Amino acid sequence: MVEQTWKKWIYFYIPLTVFVIGTLFPFYWMLITAIRPDEELYRSWRAVNNAPFWTLHPTLSHVQDLLAKTSFPRWLWNTFFIAVVSTTISLACGLLAGYALARLNFPLAGFLGTSIFVTYLVPPTLLFIPLADIIRNFRLGNTPWALILTYPTFLIPFCTWLLMGYFKTIPKELEECARIDGATRFGAMARIIFPIAVPGILSAGIFAFTLSWNEFIYALVFLSSPERKTVPVGVVSELIRGDIYFWGQLMAGALLGSVPVALVYSFFVEYYVAGLTGSVKG
Amino acid sequence: MAKPIAGGAGSVAGVEVALPRPRTTRPRGWSQLLESERLLASLLLAPTILLLGVFIAYPFLMGIWLSLSSTSVGNPGVFVGLKNFAKAWDDSIFHVAFRNTFFYTFWATIFKLILGMWLALLLNRNFRGKRIVRASMLLPFIIPTVLSTFAWRWMFDPTFSVLNWALYQSGFIVTKLPFLSDGTWAMWCAIVVNTWRGMPFFAITLLAGLQTISPDLHEAASLDGANGWRRFWNVTWPLLRPVTVVVVVFSVIQTFADFQLIYVLTGGGPANSTHLVATYAYQLGVNSGLLGEGAAVSLFMFPVLLAVVWIQLRYLRRLEGA
Repeated sequence: MVEQTWKKWIYFYIPLTVFVIGTLFPFYWMLITAIRPDEELYRSWRAVNNAPFWTLHPTLSHVQDLLAKTSFPRWLWNTFFIAVVSTTISLACGLLAGYALARLNFPLAGFLGTSIFVTYLVPPTLLFIPLADIIRNFRLGNTPWALILTYPTFLIPFCTWLLMGYFKTIPKELEECARIDGATRFGAMARIIFPIAVPGILSAGIFAFTLSWNEFIYALVFLSSPERKTVPVGVVSELIRGDIYFWGQLMAGALLGSVPVALVYSFFVEYYVAGLTGSVKG
Repeated sequence: MAKPIAGGAGSVAGVEVALPRPRTTRPRGWSQLLESERLLASLLLAPTILLLGVFIAYPFLMGIWLSLSSTSVGNPGVFVGLKNFAKAWDDSIFHVAFRNTFFYTFWATIFKLILGMWLALLLNRNFRGKRIVRASMLLPFIIPTVLSTFAWRWMFDPTFSVLNWALYQSGFIVTKLPFLSDGTWAMWCAIVVNTWRGMPFFAITLLAGLQTISPDLHEAASLDGANGWRRFWNVTWPLLRPVTVVVVVFSVIQTFADFQLIYVLTGGGPANSTHLVATYAYQLGVNSGLLGEGAAVSLFMFPVLLAVVWIQLRYLRRLEGA
């Protein structure tokens, strides 16, 4: 028995603790830096610091500066607005396309399914230069629409793929019954199948929302005026003045910019995980 | 991708007409048109195809055209053939970036796979607080990469690094480690951050795979005298391989085409030693405005991505065939 507990510590508790600390420490450090006064932050790495991993004089001044002296609240709103609208568009498209690919029999079904899967794997870094040119030609540069219309390029394939998998798990008989009772094909889809697919839709929606909140390179290239930016781009390009890093403010921005996704995630963990694991399955 | 059973729903409609039911009035007008599977399918797919066509297929073709032209910002450019590709091929910074991209992808993927698998095996056991630990393990993956990379950059700061402080205070080092100020160190730091960010994705998807493996198999194997390590190799791993292949492919594509992590952590420096193909393409195409050269550099990623996707599709087909 004694040997058993000893083994459990070596093989289980210690590795798991190391994983937990390693995973969460950067977030802890973000928090500590955000509430630490400047004179504590900028001390030599060799200095004898009596409280390195916490602070004895917590301050909210970095957060106050961030909210009052920068456009941070504006970036939060921009990010939120863009994420919600592009997620909605992608869900609508993915829902219809996923249904067609999972349920309808038509020529090119296999080809279109494969093509959508392949676009799922096209990274934005392959396309950002020509897309920047196209956005400029469409006169969408520096507007939220530049992102609202381009984010679906990576969200739709994902939503379609996930929902297609979900539709395949719903028995066909449900629609057939509805159609015998006189429902149209479209009616059976919209009133019978879509309501059953709500958990799948929620998974796809949560996942798509976090992906849009995370997106960086399109936002970096397509937006230029400070008040139009999203949180990730705003933090990177506006909180560093010249070569000077205001770490307290930067970490406060990183922390506050992460809170909305973390909240959405914490409320819908199960759906998010279903979306994540579903995103790699067929 | 299983095809719908041919004529499944269609034949039901035929049956319906034959039944003597009072409510069998068929819909009229355009809703009758929607009864055609082809028409309905094309309507349902139209918005998706339109958006993907305009913002993926068109930019892709345009990217190929740009890469063959001398276009820069404010200058429409002319056709120059493969000059941009040849120029990139002779460019020493591009060489470094290209090599870095493979190096970064290779090591980060290996670490993510090993650590992710280990974490998945740990999380698959029963312990108190399992739900909260599992949920918190995904945080690095959902928090915007740019923001968490800033936290790492601060932890690697040349003057105020907490890691240097901790190692110094515990007596492991006497001079500070050059985390981001040395090219080789900086590349490894980027690999560490990428591993930190991507490992949860591996762990959680592999965990989902692990949960589908019946405990009976392990029981049977241990009755046959297999120890933990052998049970993993001979029972768990073969069953987990399909999920693993898919996860690795996804991760390889994302890591190979990574941009934001390097952009924030090192900006390609010191002295252009940590550029990836994507960050170098950004530097040429956006910072210097050389759209043609930038597009050519980013297209160098395409053959590799194509090969990976092709392997993925073949593997999926084979699984479905089996």
